[in-house]
Amino acid sequence: MNLTTTYMGLTLRTPLVPSASPLSEEIDNIKRMEAAGAAAVVMHSLFEEQLRLERYELHHHLTYGTESFAESLTYFPEPALFHVGPEEYLEHIQRAKASVDIPIIASLNGSTVGGWTDYARQIEQAGADALELNIYYVPTDMELTGEGVEQTYLDILKAVKSVVTIPVAVKLSPYFSNMAHMAKRLDAAGANALVLFNRFYQPDINLETLEVEPNVLLSTPHSMRLPLRWIAILYGHLQTDLAATSGIHKATDALKMLMAGAQVTMLCSVLLRHGISQIRVIEEEMQAWMEEHEYSSVRQLQGSMSQKNCPDPSAFERAQYTRALQSYRPV
Amino acid sequence: MMSTGILQQRIFATLDGDEAVASVTYRLNEVIALYPITPSTPIGEWADAWAAEGKPNLWGTVPSVVEMQSEGGVAGVMHGALQTGSLATTFTASQGLLLMIPNMYKIAGELTPTVFHVAARSVATQALSIFGDHSDVMATRATGFALLCSASVQEAQDFALIAQVVTLESRIPFLHFFDGFRTSHEIAKIERLSDDDLRAMIDPQRILEHRARALSPDHPVLRGTSQNPDVFFQARETVNPFYAACPEITQRAMDQFGQLTGRHYRLFEYYGAPDAERVIVLMGSGCEAVQETVDFLNQRGKKVGLIKVRLYRPFDRERFVAALPETTKAIAILDRTKEPGSIGEPLYLDCAMAIYETPLERENYKASRTFPPLLRGDQGGIVGGRYGLSSKEFTPAMIKGVFDNLAQEYPKNHFTIGINDDVSHTSLPYDPEFSTEADHVVRCVFYGLGSDGTVGANKNSIKIIGEQTNNYAQGYFVYDSKKSGSVTISHLRFGPEPIHSTYLVSRANFVGCHQSVFLERFDMLQPLVEGGTFLLDTAYGPDEIWNHLPQTMQEQLVSKHLKFYVIDAHKVARESGMGGRINTVMQVCFFALAGILPRDGAISEIKQSIQKTYGKKGDEIVQMNLNAVDQTLERLFAVEIPERTVETRNFASLHAPVSDHAPAFVRDVLGKMISGQGDTLPVSALPVDGTFPTGTAQWEKRNIAQEIPVWDPDVCIQCGKCVMVCPHSVIRGKVYEPGVLEGAPATFKSAEAHDHDWQGLKFTIQVAAEDCTGCGICVDVCPAKNKSIPSLKAINMQAQAPLREPERENWDFFLSVPNPDRRDLNTTLIRQQQMQEPLFEFSGACAGCGETPYIKLASQLFGDRMVVANATGCSSIYGGSLPTTPWTKNAEGRGPAWSNSLFEDNAEFGLGFRLSIDKQKEFAVELLKKLSGALGDDLVQAIVSAEQKDEADIYEQRERVAVLKQRLQTLDSEEAKQLLSLADLLVKKSVWIIGGDGWAYDIGFGGLDHVLSSGRNVNVLVLDTEVYSNTGGQMSKATPRAAVAKFAAGGKPAPKKDLGLMAMTYGNVYVASVAMGARDEHTLKVFLEAEAYEGPSLIIAYSHCIAHGINMATAMQNQKAAVNSGQWLLYRFHPGRAERGENPLQLDSRSPKIPLEKYLYLENRFKMLTKSSPAVAKQLLKEAQQDVADHWHLYEYLAARGVQVPTEGGQPE
Repeated sequence: MNLTTTYMGLTLRTPLVPSASPLSEEIDNIKRMEAAGAAAVVMHSLFEEQLRLERYELHHHLTYGTESFAESLTYFPEPALFHVGPEEYLEHIQRAKASVDIPIIASLNGSTVGGWTDYARQIEQAGADALELNIYYVPTDMELTGEGVEQTYLDILKAVKSVVTIPVAVKLSPYFSNMAHMAKRLDAAGANALVLFNRFYQPDINLETLEVEPNVLLSTPHSMRLPLRWIAILYGHLQTDLAATSGIHKATDALKMLMAGAQVTMLCSVLLRHGISQIRVIEEEMQAWMEEHEYSSVRQLQGSMSQKNCPDPSAFERAQYTRALQSYRPV
Repeated sequence: MMSTGILQQRIFATLDGDEAVASVTYRLNEVIALYPITPSTPIGEWADAWAAEGKPNLWGTVPSVVEMQSEGGVAGVMHGALQTGSLATTFTASQGLLLMIPNMYKIAGELTPTVFHVAARSVATQALSIFGDHSDVMATRATGFALLCSASVQEAQDFALIAQVVTLESRIPFLHFFDGFRTSHEIAKIERLSDDDLRAMIDPQRILEHRARALSPDHPVLRGTSQNPDVFFQARETVNPFYAACPEITQRAMDQFGQLTGRHYRLFEYYGAPDAERVIVLMGSGCEAVQETVDFLNQRGKKVGLIKVRLYRPFDRERFVAALPETTKAIAILDRTKEPGSIGEPLYLDCAMAIYETPLERENYKASRTFPPLLRGDQGGIVGGRYGLSSKEFTPAMIKGVFDNLAQEYPKNHFTIGINDDVSHTSLPYDPEFSTEADHVVRCVFYGLGSDGTVGANKNSIKIIGEQTNNYAQGYFVYDSKKSGSVTISHLRFGPEPIHSTYLVSRANFVGCHQSVFLERFDMLQPLVEGGTFLLDTAYGPDEIWNHLPQTMQEQLVSKHLKFYVIDAHKVARESGMGGRINTVMQVCFFALAGILPRDGAISEIKQSIQKTYGKKGDEIVQMNLNAVDQTLERLFAVEIPERTVETRNFASLHAPVSDHAPAFVRDVLGKMISGQGDTLPVSALPVDGTFPTGTAQWEKRNIAQEIPVWDPDVCIQCGKCVMVCPHSVIRGKVYEPGVLEGAPATFKSAEAHDHDWQGLKFTIQVAAEDCTGCGICVDVCPAKNKSIPSLKAINMQAQAPLREPERENWDFFLSVPNPDRRDLNTTLIRQQQMQEPLFEFSGACAGCGETPYIKLASQLFGDRMVVANATGCSSIYGGSLPTTPWTKNAEGRGPAWSNSLFEDNAEFGLGFRLSIDKQKEFAVELLKKLSGALGDDLVQAIVSAEQKDEADIYEQRERVAVLKQRLQTLDSEEAKQLLSLADLLVKKSVWIIGGDGWAYDIGFGGLDHVLSSGRNVNVLVLDTEVYSNTGGQMSKATPRAAVAKFAAGGKPAPKKDLGLMAMTYGNVYVASVAMGARDEHTLKVFLEAEAYEGPSLIIAYSHCIAHGINMATAMQNQKAAVNSGQWLLYRFHPGRAERGENPLQLDSRSPKIPLEKYLYLENRFKMLTKSSPAVAKQLLKEAQQDVADHWHLYEYLAARGVQVPTEGGQPE
């Protein structure tokens, strides 16, 4: 059974890749992922905005209240050097590289052009095999056009591509007027892969405290439907690779994604819920299913159920929606 | 030893005296022990910073820097380190130096080479003072230490080296001192000493000799014996040759130093006309101002001079006399200290005696020289006087006054200069208009707020000018005594010659006003010279500003032909992302206008300096400042000055600093200090024994808040939390009869009282708008939200200015509303208890202070019968710094009586209160019983047996005592008079011992421990900020593991000391740990229980602090997080429970429910370690988390532990 796949030019033993999550913050976990059969690891994200915020905070707190009172002109010792950049993240990449043999894909999260290129360059120097740009952007400015939003994505990608030679993936949200057109533009701008999709954590209202609170929900199996649909639609039309993420909990989920046209299937919630060893379980089940159904390789099934290749292409479009309604009968 | 002469390239640097000393002494020592004390603290901080960086000393090894628990401890370490052969040093001042005295005798008695560096500071007498004079140094005269005095930043650096050289050779330990603040904190451009300079001076052989004398089991000796009458005396005299040799060794070292550097010093250095007739003798920074004055006078044909005393001990009589010009007719010897009851101050006595003794040995002299006229028996020409105590200004005008005195036929002796002594008439007159400010010196004064970065900008400008031009530079900074909204005044000078003006700028050619509110407060154009430049930060543009200036200012601008520029610096700073910090903006304006450097060059220097200063904090911070630079020049405008003034709105400008309704003393004395005119107060205006009235902060309306809280009665749930947490007691609540509202101002707000006990009453929350610091902590704790707009609460911040007038009126009305009867309030419920009047209000503590809410709570509960012993520290500064005190009294005139003794002895001080009060009460009861017949048995019985457990009991006892006093007045016996004077002590008194963690955990721990063990009824309140807050963030034993603090720059590796657990081991001490922000009801309960407990009580109160690097507005959330993470436990240990057979310890917080990291990284003190030493931060976090677990399990075990109850037979069951 050949489970091999390629992703952004990297040859992977299987399509199963843990996506960016807090799990990769520990080197031990990365080793366990490799041991459990992960084909590559997307590292937890380096948050550009958080670094920036921390720098402002550090500066503020080191100066706040100083030079006001004769006895306490300062409140903190000031070391000669601060590690206010991504040093820790870069060291982590280096350590991860040294600890495992599978490819390490770094992840960079932010929303502005500033900072991306510097960090991307440093991440490449630290030894990452590829870079995933997680463009986490919720536009709220009413004056900003859809075109403007799309341009930001393209600018970031182009800026990063211009400074690194490692492959670059873009993890994006589905919230574009025309997802397919956006994918095409990113493809044209040189994205080596599109990771579909980013899940925005939606805030919640706490009725007791009357506060809006961040609310992290792990994905459920039905979250995979949206990426499944778009991967199926995009497959075969672009140069860029497609990676599936969101809602892949079982071997059958992964198989569906691969059939839709994904090069890799990314795992997150399932690992957080059931542990890293679940990678091995999914791989074994995947293999069992393929053996049972007489598939000899992943390549064989990749894209087989894409819009292009599936028996009923309209099922991925609006027709499918109307039919779904028609087929629904209350009991 | 080699000398390359003065031809080598010298390196200049711009730094302050403390850093200059640190840079030398750090390189010359192996062991550095210290304890923070102003103004010497920065020396140790530099040493610590360098050691943390791994910077080696002259011989390539990194000195060990250790912070001790007190200066007494430091002295012990010094003695030990020196005895075992290390090169060791310390830095201290004032009381700290006094604590070292016992060991100084030993160190000198054993002829041990060392140098102690002292930033000389007043010793506390009628008051504490952090400022400079020689009273501390003078107290060490008898120890046997040599006393070497430097007069400037340059000399402080140079003498740090010379002292080290001489001590090693002479074996006499040296105390090198310089004036606190004036030299320690003055920034000046000096020539630095290189490592080569140090090597050229230090003889390595002397170090080997020192080491050879060390205690070692390899060549054991016995030192520190006990000697008997037979030999002690002789042994004491053995050292004479060493002292005799010391002056010559010192002069030799100075000569060698002169050859090396070109800077020549003499033990007694004469400066002035060779044929001077009048000579001033003094030591310290005053020498510089005298030198400047001497030059000025001699250039105008006078014949004056001065002798700078460098080596005061051992006093070289011959060299002193030889230094006097033969033409000298009169000498004034000036002391910067006071020795009450003496014939004269020490330097005067020494110099006079030197002259007196000289004729006795005239034969020795005859051959070499003739004698000045005054030495031929005309002793009337030698006078002594005092100047400059506690950094009192010492100006050329005063110096001329001293010279003028010497010109008199009968000069005044034992005079003072610089004050108006209308009591003992010691003061000399002088002409304050006399000035020696030189034209070639650029002189600038800047008015700023502590929070706006003005001082930092000025320090930076001095560095740029000092290091990038050939100019010499000087900066001195004056801060006020408040920690919130404090005003800073910077005095800068620049010029082509070394600057000797050791006094504030009196005639400025540049004045910068960095806050337009100051237009109302300071007459800042007064010091500007004709044609000078005035720079104002204002929101008004160049065309509008004229109509918004006080008229007096317009007049000065016109009549002095001043140049006037405006910038909206706050706007530029805001838009550049710098918030309220206008430092960079104003610095750019200064360089653009002052013309010291070409404009483009200056801007480029500023940019480079920004890169250098902020580079390590990240590009954003650099960019933010660079943006500000670029935007500034475009928005700096010259104002065309009209030929005439216009009438402008009636500025509160230079208005009376306090209300006309204030008591006379507040108006006439404290008011002068508030308005910055304290220097003009005569001696007679001040109390003779340091006693001041309380209740004075209410008169100092500071109006420092941009925004103040505004109450919304419709949303309010009347919980009292905002009142409780307000650090400045500006939020008050009252319940009252509805009828009271008649005559209330139109905007006065009220609501129906919600509490069931208050049916039919009205309720008001009122804010003292003019006293508020705008910290916003009240808004953060308010639990009530506006249902339609939950971003609003029952209390919300709004701009202060429009509210100032109406709220002033409302506040006055509110004060007239009667306080609720204390007997009717249920003090166990915050919402009722908080209606108690606070007797601690409007302190100058930092905005959002975490300590003051606890103090205020105690004052509400017990203030009318409270006596407070307050350790030195933040609480003594905001509690007792002139001009005003927040401690106040109620309508009956009762309130906390407060005093500060020392830092180290506060527990003992408070125990003294208790012993004294108890003894006097006991005596009163004895007298009562004796006089029972005459006074009425019933009354006496009622007084004696009164339990006084609650407010009602206390009230009744007071009534009884009032009756008692009436009756006593009708009796005419000695005993009745005695009892009358003691009668008030029959009402229960509450003794409180208050201080910070530095006191309780470190310097005062020994005493605290003893007082707790005494079993006496004292209440100890430890305001635990876990760091030395007042002296600027040094580690204490309360500092938790993983926190960054000074002397723990790499994160404190050891866990926090568990003071509570230690106290519990006595069994009979009430111990509680509280955090108001986590559980305010718990805090209240603890205060009530602690006070009610008839034995020692210890309350350890988590106090958030500006030194934690937190958002002060939401700091109560940090307290909550500390408790939720288990870092801070809430508990009560009540010995009374043990007596009832219960476990005395109750854990009042739950098991940790958030990871420690969530709490720690809210605070810069922990978070910054992740930026400075990420790997260490990770490790320490792990260890700290383990501490939490261990601590929790230990307390859980202790609280669950079965208690064995003694049976009647005395055996446990």
